[in-house]
Amino acid sequence: MSGGFRDGARDAGRRRRRGRGEQAVVPDAEFASYYGRPVLKRPEWKPLDVAGYLFLGGLAGASSLLAAGADVTARPALARTAKLGAAGAIALSLAALVHDLGRPARFLLMLRVFKPTSPMSMGSWLLAGYAPLTMAAAAAEVSGRYRTAGAAATAGAAALGPAVATYTAVLISDTAVPSWHEGYREMPYVFAGSGATAAAGLALAAVEPAQTGPARRTAVLGAVLELGALRLMRRNMGQAAEAYEEDRPRAWLRAAEVLTAGGAALAAGGAALAAGAAGRGRVLTALAGTALLAGSAALRLGVFHAGVVSAEDPRYTVVPQRDRLTARSRTGEP
Amino acid sequence: MTDDIARAAGHTDPPPRMGFFTDTSVCIGCKACEVACKEWNAIPEDGLELTGMSYDNTQGLGASTWRHVAFVEQRTPPPGAAHGGAPDDVDVFDAARNLTGSPGGGEVRWLMASDVCKHCTHAACLDVCPTGSLFRTEFGSVVVQEDICNGCGYCVSACPYGVIERRPEDGRAWKCTLCYDRLGVGMEPACAKSCPTESIQFGPLEELRERAAGRLAQLHAAGAGDARLYGEDPRDGVGGDGAFFLLLDEPEVYGLPPDPVVTTRDLPGMWRHAAAAAVSLAALAVAGFAGRPR
Ligand code: SF4
Ligand code: SF4
Repeated sequence: MSGGFRDGARDAGRRRRRGRGEQAVVPDAEFASYYGRPVLKRPEWKPLDVAGYLFLGGLAGASSLLAAGADVTARPALARTAKLGAAGAIALSLAALVHDLGRPARFLLMLRVFKPTSPMSMGSWLLAGYAPLTMAAAAAEVSGRYRTAGAAATAGAAALGPAVATYTAVLISDTAVPSWHEGYREMPYVFAGSGATAAAGLALAAVEPAQTGPARRTAVLGAVLELGALRLMRRNMGQAAEAYEEDRPRAWLRAAEVLTAGGAALAAGGAALAAGAAGRGRVLTALAGTALLAGSAALRLGVFHAGVVSAEDPRYTVVPQRDRLTARSRTGEP
Repeated sequence: MTDDIARAAGHTDPPPRMGFFTDTSVCIGCKACEVACKEWNAIPEDGLELTGMSYDNTQGLGASTWRHVAFVEQRTPPPGAAHGGAPDDVDVFDAARNLTGSPGGGEVRWLMASDVCKHCTHAACLDVCPTGSLFRTEFGSVVVQEDICNGCGYCVSACPYGVIERRPEDGRAWKCTLCYDRLGVGMEPACAKSCPTESIQFGPLEELRERAAGRLAQLHAAGAGDARLYGEDPRDGVGGDGAFFLLLDEPEVYGLPPDPVVTTRDLPGMWRHAAAAAVSLAALAVAGFAGRPR
């Protein structure tokens, strides 16, 4: 499978794609393709719908945890924001999901079967249980009535919240898209961390600093988990990691790293300030919260676009599979 | 065992698993299959475009193209050199001008291959479909029920061959049905019926595999050492294809993935990692509330 026969064609393709003098992470492997056409179909999901769905699911799931914790530790303002945030985010995420369907009117067919091999089916059932709980928790919070039911709903939402925040990693990993599939081991941790920073961000942006101690700590821990797992994922996924280096995904992920790390640092630092000058601390924590929310959203967009890049370029499909075959023929396996 | 998928899918006493063996070594690129498929299945027109990719203006399989004939123009290397080549390294006009001579020492050859949905033994599209719109028929083929599909597009990203696609006009997913309607009344699929060279052969998969092995041996004996079967091995990453091929070059030259794996093979691992990550997230939140009062 070597020889000069392939070089010309491949180089032409390369030049077209890497417009801005970007460096490849590892030297390009030689490969053949059918006129440079992709092997896979490009994911048909719309970036804003699906990245939004991933982001809002993380925000909602982790907010439910903050809500329950705030109830237990008597932080009413934090509880209120987290409950309303979870309900609002999950409602918006469902809207994004329905909007992305080719046949939105047939949305309910998602619940036609219970299918463990389909993460989208499992996710639909999960949300069918989770969304009403967040609504009930928020309604009890706003009305100030039905406290027992509200507390039960809050606890139930908190029990399901972590699954809501992480199942979306399975959703996108369970595809043939190389830069999603190859990250399936670390992606749930990236999404868990990203959900935590988003929920903490919302709390920091909306709640008075006196009650946001847990949110600040969640922000820092979440940022460490998110950015650490992202590094690990990109290190472990082989050639598929290169898609994360291409223009569009790279820009989003750079933004995500700066906003998330910056927001977490600001949140931690803001604590010290809030203790002294209350006014300035309030502004800083709000800023930190906004940065964390934006960082979480940027991360989802970066991951989404990396997958699209890897599906559109036959290199990401052919080269690792060819390498696998070569390695196998060397060891004599079938 | 892999051929018992119809029974595993709940069909009692199914007929033998049916499929295609596409022998590309006898394909003449006439596209009768593309036309017959469009006609029989009443598939809408999906753009008339001149691609410059040899005689292939269809480009690939999609929502409205269920058979696609690939045209690969390549220069076979001079005797003794390495084999293979990307299709677009030949300028046909140059080649035509130099027909008497032998440019670059090799000859120009055409590879033609009629591609189709593979009707995988382990079909990712079917696994991930959340509505149950995609189902396994009694013949072992994989079919979309268009009245149930809600257009979620999951199958599109899951197929390792890039076959199934959403049709923009109606938002639903479409692909080859192995002419489910014709099979039901004992007829063969329209493409196989129309193929003038018997490049597309339809029949019980078991029988087709035997026939393919014979044909491969024949080609190898005749000196065509590059001939190979693609998708016939039940031990491959998708458990073998219900539609498999005899190719004359590496699969990627025809736009096929060299070693596809059904994504759901890793699904148990995915759920395990997601569960552990969910626990981490809960622990992280508990840590956030633990300790300090503020
Ligand atoms: S080739 Fe793709 S569309 Fe066809 S059965 Fe296999 S996974 Fe499904
Ligand atoms: S687009 Fe239709 S056929 Fe494909 S997975 Fe979704 S519901 Fe199933």
